[in-house]
Amino acid sequence: MRFYEFEARKIVELAGIPVTKYGFCTSAEEARKVAEEIGGPVVIKSQVLTGGRMKAGGVKFADTPDEAARHAEEILKLEINGHMPRGVLVDPKAEVKQEYYASVVWDGTAKKPLMLFSDMGGIDIEEVAETHPDHVGKGHVSNLLPVGDFEAKQVVAATGVTGSQLNRATPILARLARLFRDNDMTLAEINPLAELSDGSFVALDAHMEMEAEAVGRQKKLLRKELQIAEDDTRETYEPSDFEKNVGAIDAADHRGVIQGKDHGFTGNLGLVIGAGGGSLTLTDAVRNQGGQPANYSEIGGNPSVAKACGLAKEVLEKDGVEKIAVMMSIVSNTRVDIVARGVIKACLELGKDPGETIAIFRIPGAWEEEGFKILDKYGVEYCDRSVSMWEAAGRAVAKIQGAPA
Amino acid sequence: MSILLDKDTTFIVQGITGREAVNLTRECLDYGSKIVGGVTPGRKGREVHGVPVFDTVGQAVKHHGGPIDGSVVTVPPAFTKDAVLEAIENGIKLIVIVTERIPRGDVAEMVELAEMRGARIIGPNCLGLIVPEVCKMGGIGGPAKDAAKAYQPGRVGVMSRSGGMTTEISSSLTAAGLGVSTAVSIGGDAIIGSTYAELMPYFEADEQTEAIVIYTEPGGRMEAQLAEWVKDNNSRLPIVAFMAGKFMDDDEMKGMSFGHAGTIVEGKEDTATEKISRLEAAGIRVVERIDEIPDVVKEKIGATA
Amino acid sequence: MAETLNKVFIDVEVDDSIRNDAALAAKLEEVCPVDIFKDAGGTVEIVAENCDECVLCKLCIEAAPADTVHVKKLYDGTELS
Repeated sequence: MRFYEFEARKIVELAGIPVTKYGFCTSAEEARKVAEEIGGPVVIKSQVLTGGRMKAGGVKFADTPDEAARHAEEILKLEINGHMPRGVLVDPKAEVKQEYYASVVWDGTAKKPLMLFSDMGGIDIEEVAETHPDHVGKGHVSNLLPVGDFEAKQVVAATGVTGSQLNRATPILARLARLFRDNDMTLAEINPLAELSDGSFVALDAHMEMEAEAVGRQKKLLRKELQIAEDDTRETYEPSDFEKNVGAIDAADHRGVIQGKDHGFTGNLGLVIGAGGGSLTLTDAVRNQGGQPANYSEIGGNPSVAKACGLAKEVLEKDGVEKIAVMMSIVSNTRVDIVARGVIKACLELGKDPGETIAIFRIPGAWEEEGFKILDKYGVEYCDRSVSMWEAAGRAVAKIQGAPA
Repeated sequence: MSILLDKDTTFIVQGITGREAVNLTRECLDYGSKIVGGVTPGRKGREVHGVPVFDTVGQAVKHHGGPIDGSVVTVPPAFTKDAVLEAIENGIKLIVIVTERIPRGDVAEMVELAEMRGARIIGPNCLGLIVPEVCKMGGIGGPAKDAAKAYQPGRVGVMSRSGGMTTEISSSLTAAGLGVSTAVSIGGDAIIGSTYAELMPYFEADEQTEAIVIYTEPGGRMEAQLAEWVKDNNSRLPIVAFMAGKFMDDDEMKGMSFGHAGTIVEGKEDTATEKISRLEAAGIRVVERIDEIPDVVKEKIGATA
Repeated sequence: MAETLNKVFIDVEVDDSIRNDAALAAKLEEVCPVDIFKDAGGTVEIVAENCDECVLCKLCIEAAPADTVHVKKLYDGTELS
């Protein structure tokens, strides 16, 4: 789950990291007030979940509260990369002596959070790591033991930073690591972490991302502190009705997992497929044999008849879908007979003939003999494991393109 | 002979009274696995298919009268970490986590404790592992007679991020007469207990294993880690890889997440194409279709024989 | 519009002889993993919407006296035993 800059600032502030006296505003008047309170030059920043704000004119400087209000007015109406702003951030224009970089990310190989620090902040960290590796400090933290300040200190010191800067940066990086763990973040980044002319350190910009699986247990931060509504999921793209509907069916029943995606798919062959790896393999196989999927989907775990039926119905109700192919890799814990019941029921409930509508059923594995009995009864063409996934996909494509069955 | 499991392996099922666990317990028992107890807090005294249920792992160990080798954990995501930590702290050394959607931080904690205690975690979000005709831990292969169709004893070690594809690949190896030494569904999450490279030493030390087949997807650094391991350790085992999800290289698909939690396409580094070249550079042959796997394996085993 | 169908694949019935057995009603509700049986104040009630979810586990048949719980597979005309 992604956060807006104004939310990320709040998150780091809650963790005990110094921030500026910023204000989040949703109107020009609010911006004027905040600028007055700040009492000096300010920066007005569009709050959108996309980059390129500066280039698009979404970041402007103002010397007076009037100017601040004017810029806010414009920026609040400015669309950037297809995104409209939630509001604007009004920040005091900082007198920066030096910019640093601090972040925490997951290291999947080490299976631990990794702290990153550089005294060359404000620019692309990947570039710095490549061109000036001795200016980037790295260090893992344990998942079990509390994060020690000394661990952060080691990472900062590795870049050559010493003196009072070391002592100011250390607790900030340590708190960033703690908040990364406590709040189930997948990315916690402060860039730049600014040293101001008076020697104090402050987070000038922050970028946070939380793991989707953890959203359910971070209610205090999300609902109480940040007041983010439950349906405000900030997806990278807007899910289609199909995707939302399938998501709702999945959420309502804990038995098994279903997922559907149709972004970029415009074909006539509905895919009711699984599991995760099988879905990828089968989608490749359909496309590589000239088929046109109407969607991608995944059936995983051991879904109920209702869940399998729900997915199949959603696929069948998509515009342009003429037939569905029901295919999976050999299943161990997904029951073939349960899925067969589900997809056949979907056809029946929509008034369609299962034999006509299901182009091919290829799910070998657990309870397949029982499944075959059901498929026989309803005249659905099926094949067993002796027919590869590639071949089954090919048969579905041939059928929908009009080849004799 | 096999890795991680043998005919004497004993294990418990944590969360045994749940819908999936009841099913999986039946299957494993029918397969000949030695399930010596189950744990569901509050349900001590019950039985699932003849297996006694306890409130705690400690009670199961006491009842068994000695250390228990493993545990299959099917407990829901909010409680999985607690269950796994309990297993580890009660001396269990091999833990198969079937549960999916566990927050990464919890998984990382479990993995770190396992490492400290000399235990091994397989998963999460996996179907377990199987040594054909000897033992199965988890839902892999399904009911005993279905598992027998796909898994016959043989010469190839199989590792897969996808549970279903473990069986699909194993089935093609069995049908081709090559058979499987041990098959491991390693799980689909971003952080897992055992990666390909971490399991390779076990296969390397297993005389029965003559080749390895892996199933892989775009995303993550596991394949790069394997390629490095193979080079650094001068492995005797030829490896064949099948990669799915190449359609995700298409521009209109970028930015979406498919397959497992770990499969998020984030720029060229992690795409299918990049990964394939990396693997091939380490001598790992990548095939386009599952049905090609047995012939390539035979070719490679023949070459090193 | 699409309708919802019940008992397309599985039909579950109990004999009158056990319908009012309160202990059995409670037991059946407890053992069925897909909630086909409901303990309606000491009477066994079949939840029609859940019949097609039957996983053929036979826990209900094992919990009741012989031949009093009938799980019928409508797709092949046989009964679970």
